[in-house]
Amino acid sequence: MAGAEATIAAGTRAAGERRLRPYLLFIWPALIVSSALIIFPWLFTIWMSLNDWHIGSKQVFVGLDNYANLLTNRRFLESIGHTIYFTILAVVLPMVLGTLAALVFHKKFRGRGFFRTLFIMPMMATPVAVALVWTMMFHPQLGVLNYLLTLVGLPPSQWVYSTTTVIPSLVLVEIWLWTPFVMIIVLGGLASLPNEPYEAALIDGANQWQMFWNITYPLVLPFLVVALIMRTIDALKVFETIWAICNGGPGTASEVLNVYLYAQAFAYNQVGTASAVVIVFFAIIVALSLVLLWARQKAKWS
Amino acid sequence: MNYRTRARVRKVVDKVALALSVAVLLAPCLFVFFWMISLSLKYDIDNTAWPPVFWPEEVTFENFAKVFDESPMFLYFWNSVQVTGSATLAALILGVPAGYGIAKARAHKMAAVLLLSRMTPGLSYLIPLFTLFQVLGMIGSVWPIALTHMVITLPIVVWIMIGFFETQPHELEEAARIDGASLWQAFYHVALPLARPGIVVGAILAFISSWNNFIFGAVFAGRTTRTMPVAVYNMLTFESFAWGPLAAAAIVVMLPVIILTIVIQKEIVQGLSAGGVK
Repeated sequence: MAGAEATIAAGTRAAGERRLRPYLLFIWPALIVSSALIIFPWLFTIWMSLNDWHIGSKQVFVGLDNYANLLTNRRFLESIGHTIYFTILAVVLPMVLGTLAALVFHKKFRGRGFFRTLFIMPMMATPVAVALVWTMMFHPQLGVLNYLLTLVGLPPSQWVYSTTTVIPSLVLVEIWLWTPFVMIIVLGGLASLPNEPYEAALIDGANQWQMFWNITYPLVLPFLVVALIMRTIDALKVFETIWAICNGGPGTASEVLNVYLYAQAFAYNQVGTASAVVIVFFAIIVALSLVLLWARQKAKWS
Repeated sequence: MNYRTRARVRKVVDKVALALSVAVLLAPCLFVFFWMISLSLKYDIDNTAWPPVFWPEEVTFENFAKVFDESPMFLYFWNSVQVTGSATLAALILGVPAGYGIAKARAHKMAAVLLLSRMTPGLSYLIPLFTLFQVLGMIGSVWPIALTHMVITLPIVVWIMIGFFETQPHELEEAARIDGASLWQAFYHVALPLARPGIVVGAILAFISSWNNFIFGAVFAGRTTRTMPVAVYNMLTFESFAWGPLAAAAIVVMLPVIILTIVIQKEIVQGLSAGGVK
């Protein structure tokens, strides 16, 4: 049995190669350029992570010392904590809101296309420019957000100027920017749904909630997982908005991994340390993506 | 209440609920844009007033004039056009045939490489490339920035084109092949013209992502090679309380991508959701 399967697998692989060969010429140029842009930096980074190199001084091979130092580096470990805190909020909330928005925009109503375009505007806007506008809105004395809070009878907040509220405030910006992205992916899923199960369910007398839970949800689940994977990767990599709004501050209260990395590399010129951070960072992203991909496979089977 | 009036009431309630949810979803989204425009059109005295002024008595375009007077905005605009334009063009030249090849050969493993490039933090390219460009003496022109922007544009173009070519019927190309056309001719004369809409979507999405990118420009750009997002970021550090000009600058940076978004709004939704399925 196993032998037969192996032959079939080999057969399809050979067929796949035969199918691929004539088209290789189409793919090579793009592959060469992207490899050059990706592989060189990787080799450099791996090598540099094994060296102690502060730009301007001599480069010394130190083996795994950079990694060992990271393990006891408080600022680095805290930045991992900030990243996890930020990522959980910046994944869960846009996922929930984006899915709700997709359900709303999937309904047919007049002006749907127009309103949908308005809704996806934030994800197309330049993040740094958006971050500047939010910075002005967050201002504790003159910002419009505190005014809106007082209008509904809530006490004003320090927003990004206090260590306890800075990360939730930054998440607010992230929700604003990326909820439309989740919405678009889920909307694509909803658009691909077949009609038949709903008609059958209606005949059987199912209510709205039962139809959502037993038909829509399982069929859209693969799309939700795709959105979840993309959103997680992007939230882990967050940089621009945090850098533009508060530079990882106050103090280091919102210093996520990418901000820490930027500071090490371009403010302190610690190329060796920064390279080690890149490797650890990438390992975290790959590990999480694999977990999510595995979840996606499971979602497909059930 | 009989059955019919109940059904009618139900319909009205549904409609109101739908309108309410659309309003609740759109309000925060639009408010930020509204506030940005409002700040850019008010005098500083209105911008720093408490309670905030929502509808000013007098509207001014002074802030926009200031943005262009005090910084070489046209130069930065031209830098951005060069960087984004060339990165998008190169991505199209390389990425459209690649997307075609991957779709036709069903080489999904190659498509997985694209996901890998999305997973890599942008900063991790920057340290080695920065060092390399410094050694080569390339810092100080816009071309290294354009080159690095291909990390952003190429995967987008390939991704969108794979999705597009997979759904395109192949009968026409097969007919061309039977008539003696080479693979390249079949691609160039048959598949490519049909793929125009897909190419437009891929090009515009790549353009938008590259235009919006801040970090590559922030690392590589000198005083005269700043791209628009970097220029705007620098305005913040210099004039932290000139809210009017800051908001005006934010609008100037976003305007091109906002216009492009409106131009291809339908295709954006289709293109992105198709790409997300795989």
